[in-house]
Amino acid sequence: MFAQRPEIRPATVEVLVAGQPVRVPEGATAAAAVLLAGLPAIRDTPVTGSPRLPYCMMGICFDCLAEIDGVANRQSCTVAVHPGMRIEPQRGARLAFREENAAHGA
Amino acid sequence: MNRPGAQNSFDAIVIGGGLVGAAIAYGLQREGLATLLLDEGDIAFRASRGNFGLVWVQSKGLGAPHYQRWTRGSAEEWPKLAQELAAATGIDTGLHQPGGVHICLGEEEFEQRGDYMARLQREAGNLGLEYRMIRGAEARDMLPGLGPDVAGLSWTPYDGHASPLYLLRALHAGFTGAGGTYQPNARVAGAACAPHDFRIDAAGASFRAPRVVLAAGLGNADLAPRFGLSTPVRPQRGQILVTERTQTVLPMPTTTVRQTDEGSLMLGDSKEEVGFDLGQTPEAMKMIANRAVRSFPWIAGLNIVRAWSALRVMAPDGLPIYDQSRRYPGAFTANCHSGVTLAGTHANRLAPMIAAGELEPEMAPFSAERFDVRTAA
Amino acid sequence: MAPDPGDLAIIGAGPAGMSAALEAAGLGLSVTVIDEQPAPGGQVFRAVEAAAADPALTGEYAKEGAALARRFRAMPGLDYRPSTTLWHTDLETGTLSLRGPDGGATLRAQRILLATGAQERPVPIPGWTLPGVMSAGAAQILLKQAGAVPKGRTVLAGQGPLLWLLAVQLFRAGAPPALLLETSARGALGGAMRAGGLWNGRAMLAKGGLMMLEARRAGMKVVRGTRGLRAEGDGALRGVSWEGGSTECATLLLHEGVIPSTHIARAMGLDHHWDAAQLCWRPALDEWGASSHDRVAVAGDGGGIGGWQAAAQTGALAALDTAHRLGRIGAAERDRRAAGHRHLLASALALRPFLDRLYAPAPDVLAPRDDTTVVCRCEEITAGQVRQAARLGATGPNQAKAYLRAGMGPCQGRMCGTTVAALIAETRGLSMEEAGALRPRAPYKPITVGELAEL
Repeated sequence: MFAQRPEIRPATVEVLVAGQPVRVPEGATAAAAVLLAGLPAIRDTPVTGSPRLPYCMMGICFDCLAEIDGVANRQSCTVAVHPGMRIEPQRGARLAFREENAAHGA
Repeated sequence: MNRPGAQNSFDAIVIGGGLVGAAIAYGLQREGLATLLLDEGDIAFRASRGNFGLVWVQSKGLGAPHYQRWTRGSAEEWPKLAQELAAATGIDTGLHQPGGVHICLGEEEFEQRGDYMARLQREAGNLGLEYRMIRGAEARDMLPGLGPDVAGLSWTPYDGHASPLYLLRALHAGFTGAGGTYQPNARVAGAACAPHDFRIDAAGASFRAPRVVLAAGLGNADLAPRFGLSTPVRPQRGQILVTERTQTVLPMPTTTVRQTDEGSLMLGDSKEEVGFDLGQTPEAMKMIANRAVRSFPWIAGLNIVRAWSALRVMAPDGLPIYDQSRRYPGAFTANCHSGVTLAGTHANRLAPMIAAGELEPEMAPFSAERFDVRTAA
Repeated sequence: MAPDPGDLAIIGAGPAGMSAALEAAGLGLSVTVIDEQPAPGGQVFRAVEAAAADPALTGEYAKEGAALARRFRAMPGLDYRPSTTLWHTDLETGTLSLRGPDGGATLRAQRILLATGAQERPVPIPGWTLPGVMSAGAAQILLKQAGAVPKGRTVLAGQGPLLWLLAVQLFRAGAPPALLLETSARGALGGAMRAGGLWNGRAMLAKGGLMMLEARRAGMKVVRGTRGLRAEGDGALRGVSWEGGSTECATLLLHEGVIPSTHIARAMGLDHHWDAAQLCWRPALDEWGASSHDRVAVAGDGGGIGGWQAAAQTGALAALDTAHRLGRIGAAERDRRAAGHRHLLASALALRPFLDRLYAPAPDVLAPRDDTTVVCRCEEITAGQVRQAARLGATGPNQAKAYLRAGMGPCQGRMCGTTVAALIAETRGLSMEEAGALRPRAPYKPITVGELAEL
């Protein structure tokens, strides 16, 4: 879990982490927002379902995969926040597609 | 190292530890032959690592009924092999044979495919070939989210898929578990041949056996002449894309898109004549991606996490070569680009023939003598 | 394919990449800089433009780092492309395939400079995949990027200058770590002293000493010679244990130094050799950073760990050599301009032999002893499974990958490749060179099927 220091870096950008509004500093990444929101896990692995949080924060480990603005499996430590960004934990393997999309596409 | 002695004498030596060599070695060891499997090291070309993983019948052997039969036979042998390997090694090779489809983009492809399947059925003769050409709503019920460009499918009940990597590991584990000797980093340095008496120098030692099987993939082209054999194989590059894991979505494999047990979608594949160049090209990758997206538009949103290129082992006519040396009886060779599909026949039919000392007459059409101008004329 | 190749494409906008860009552009070369981050700085100067005023981040970061970023931003004519990843390179034509904020793009360059920097050495201990366990560098990035600090009791474990720097920074940010479990071998200091360089590196050494003093004064306890680290917990970190002790904590920050980030260099097929002093792979380079491929140079920590000051100098040297190779300056001119950079490089590297000896990771960092340790975090493959694959016949990490899927997940072996090779080397009695390294392939970073289809 991480804490902010608003006197140093004011929390000016509001994002939704697992549906809950959280304000974070500009320049923070989606991964940082998840840590600041205090989620117990940013993803469950597709192999054994074990919970993970970001490990390296520098684009190496891929343990920070999350669903950002509806797009699954984004490397959240490389994505800067923007106001209104929706960040959801990645639960196991992503869905390949949703049936309603198929109806539109075909 | 070079100690001639009992520990360096075997009943058979198989050169090449990829899917072809490992399946044959496994089969020989299971037949009770003390077998040595010589393999290269960590960065061998190893087409097996680039295999797409289909156990595939419906695109094989037009104009070559013997190949169609051999492939069908392998699809039949596969469940036995998979069960046996699972029991012996605990490794699940991921075999599923729910039938499979070839996706036709556009009417022209669909019609050509229909003709192709009809001819394949005629050539199957008494063996028969069950297939269907499927269109519209029925096709869309079989596979989720097909794109508007898909005109239809050809379907056969024989097709399936498996994990090439787990198959390779299971064959290696099954082979050594049955008492076989696996020797990696053992590129062939020299060989001496006499009928039913072969000496192979590799990894700083000499090994002897009355039987030798050349299963070194592209390496066979250079090895074969030393054993009185001919294997005019060349590399053909294939590139493959692999997506991130998704929840299970595809109930059956297709010729160019299949979902692995782990959930990844494999997208294939290119056929490029570029010699021994293992490079990847954005152009071929784009072509593969394009066909996949036209088949299943939802694939566009998936991340590619891996891609690779590998070299197929291609004979001039694209068919396998199985042969035995007339000059040095006891020397055999096996060459193909379908190491997964044909694992069943390699382990269960070819290996027993080699153990018995001679290929059966049904194998004659696979001989490299078919490339011999004098014979052909 | 882009019609006119530019002179130089630089991958990475850290100290090496920025310095190279400044030097090359100053000589009139057309320069493109590709960087994964949204702002210049690399890992060491991450987010320096936004965070330089943070009192927890004073010193080189706020001064030299901010100044370098300012000069980089102010350089006219630079084609700087932030938030952009490189996913494929055709070395024959110098074509780079990119994925940026606006989708795919290609770029051609006569020369390519990899300034991809370092990554932290993975520290595979039992339990290191638990939420609450992170690399020390990750905590530092959170501080730089978001001003964030760990909440609750924090323990640092491992060794190296970064841990002491982080301890001081966290203390200044109001979140001092409670404990440092230092893994340096007892007696390492004596051996390191004999490695020399202490006099020429005295300024750096003094800085290090002051950091240690400040961290100790802030109340951080230190346990030396720690062995057998384990992160404890079930589903979340509860504490950390080691041979002879244990303690509760909310955050465990691991660090065993940094290693060159060679993923792209490997994928390009550049020659590498095993650096026995730093216990990592590094690309084979000449004194200008030129690699085994005549289109590619490597600068900065990606070519061997030397720190940001050395990186800035190797970046400039690679830029000078590029200008020479492209016929813009003669050899004498190149050498004359290089002299100052070489002098600074030598003093930046003076302390390196001492640091390499002092902070050499223990053998079980490379090859974890405990067979239950997860080695490949993506595919969740353990050390025991890798040892078993090695016994079955895997003579290197590529065959182990085929057997086990280790290195096949999204990170493509960045985290596990060297560990897998070390486990194979140990099991089969091979050297690291004999075990070899993973051969990564394109795409270096994920790209969607749709983006590829639309190229």
